[in-house]
Amino acid sequence: MDTLFLAEVTLAGLGAGALYALTGVAFVLIYKATRVVNLAIGEILMLGGYAFLGFAAGLGLSPWLALPLAIAAGGAFGWLVERALIRPMLGESPISVFMVTIGLGSILAGVVQLCWGADPLRLPEFMPSTPVFIGEAYLAPKVAIGFVAAAVVIGLFLALFRFSRGGVALKATAADQGAAYSVGIDVPRVFSVAWILACATAAGAGVLIGAIGGISPTMGVFGLSVLVVVIIGGLDSIAGALVGGLLIGLVEALAGAFLGGEFKLVVTFALLLVLLMVCPYGLFGTHEIERL
Amino acid sequence: MRIGTLKTSYAADEALFDTPVQRVLLVLLALCAIAFPFVASPYWLFLACLCAINVASATGLNLLTGYTGLVSLGQAAFMSVGAYAVAVLEIRLGTPFALNLLIGAGLAAAIGILVGIPSLKVKGLYLAIATIAASVILHFLFAHWSLTGESRGLSMPPARLFGLTLDQPFSLYWLIMPVTCLMVLGAANLLRTRIGRALIAIRDRDISAEVLGIPLLRYKLTSFAISSFYAGLAGGLWAYFFRVVTPESFPLVNSIFYLAAIIVGGMGTILGGILGAVFMTLVPELLKFVANWATPIYPDALAALAPVRTIVFGGLIVGFLVFEPRGLAEIWRRLRRFFHLWPFRT
Repeated sequence: MDTLFLAEVTLAGLGAGALYALTGVAFVLIYKATRVVNLAIGEILMLGGYAFLGFAAGLGLSPWLALPLAIAAGGAFGWLVERALIRPMLGESPISVFMVTIGLGSILAGVVQLCWGADPLRLPEFMPSTPVFIGEAYLAPKVAIGFVAAAVVIGLFLALFRFSRGGVALKATAADQGAAYSVGIDVPRVFSVAWILACATAAGAGVLIGAIGGISPTMGVFGLSVLVVVIIGGLDSIAGALVGGLLIGLVEALAGAFLGGEFKLVVTFALLLVLLMVCPYGLFGTHEIERL
Repeated sequence: MRIGTLKTSYAADEALFDTPVQRVLLVLLALCAIAFPFVASPYWLFLACLCAINVASATGLNLLTGYTGLVSLGQAAFMSVGAYAVAVLEIRLGTPFALNLLIGAGLAAAIGILVGIPSLKVKGLYLAIATIAASVILHFLFAHWSLTGESRGLSMPPARLFGLTLDQPFSLYWLIMPVTCLMVLGAANLLRTRIGRALIAIRDRDISAEVLGIPLLRYKLTSFAISSFYAGLAGGLWAYFFRVVTPESFPLVNSIFYLAAIIVGGMGTILGGILGAVFMTLVPELLKFVANWATPIYPDALAALAPVRTIVFGGLIVGFLVFEPRGLAEIWRRLRRFFHLWPFRT
């Protein structure tokens, strides 16, 4: 076996894994704060990519202005969804709420297809294209930028949760809603903020992914891999999303390189099944203790 | 006018069809179902068969998700097991179709049990993802196994019965409709037995059910087995209906479709499974009519049909969950109450 090839595959896998981790963090954020399983995360990501395309190519703005606008659009969308769909569903069974997000994903995919057509599109180039070498291994520059961006954002989130008042409020809400209310935390606002932050993050990730592989209305399938990531890491653990993302990115890249592209999904899902048998709440997820 | 319940025995309380009026209506409905193929055009027969197949599968999923509370996103994958089994048996062995259907359904049930094993340890989303994983693996298997024709899939000869070839919607109707009716009746009756009550107890609170002495694993696996048996049978009927089975015939979207059908219809009611499946099958056809009708005014209507379908599909799920969480069955119940209590207001 060629070590250089292995190193390149590993690097590419970690690069893709960082984007998985970033989207996984968006997912975990929503789940942690509101206990909502957001299956529309892949479609929100797609929305980010298309919003960027709309701002950059449609309105002719500079990509560096379009990027924050796309992220802001994602955040606004998150706020809208939380207000219009998720809050009325408070207290309903978790199955109902996650079906609402499935429906939402379907609506988004349809709307995007209606506006931009079913064909895959390319985003305007805005990243430097000088090749990156780590040692001797070649790494596509976009993948490297994606990795760095994801790392920075995740680091920012971790710091935010640890040191800011909002982060502490979010952790308190996640731990015990009633108690959080009673110490004066505005729980509905925490819900809103979590959705806004998560959807903005997902939209940003969508722009990064779109820049690497192009965008299409079927991009939401990416959400399926992200689900595997968060299940493996544990639904309510940011560290879990990080580890799970890198792990799945690596496994997918290795499976793609040594077994063939069609094996990617099946290998990750097989891994998931085995893991679920061993530790049902993922690697870092909270074990729920049920009492009567 | 009929107000309230006046039942004097447990038998009356447990009866499947509780009032004489209801029985008369059901007989009328059955007569309509028998007369239908003689008056309907092939297109409507085609739709009726499709509805019946979807009703069968949705009823199975309703037993699992609506009555036992185990979310599954693998119903279409279990259907594909039945469909492929039937196709392979028909092509390779040429065994009678009834036997093929039963073997296909049995195989689907066995795989359902296998998939259901994690259900003791994991629930909710974790279980839903485990069923997605199973369907991804099954899809991969069918797309790469020479027995199942790899990515080309299989095309099979029509079903034969006493020398008759069942290849038109008219003749297939007589195969599909009775089987579906039997399956729905079977499901309704199952819920009146101890098994059905155990399933409902597990849905309401599984730990309490265990304390009451219901063996959780056994009943959860039973539920998975029955549900995938239904899916397998529906898949087998599907195979005889379309006579081409490919790996793309049963995508994940179909599993979501069945879950959506029981949500729209009303989870945890037999009627809900029927109404939901029929409604969700007919909505795309309705959209097609609207598109045809709108073409002179808006020429791109047909091209926009596919995305609009996706939007309506999602919109129905969201709309029903937010505004009518108990589904069409609840609307039906309200309607019935209105007529029972008329002229008084409900």
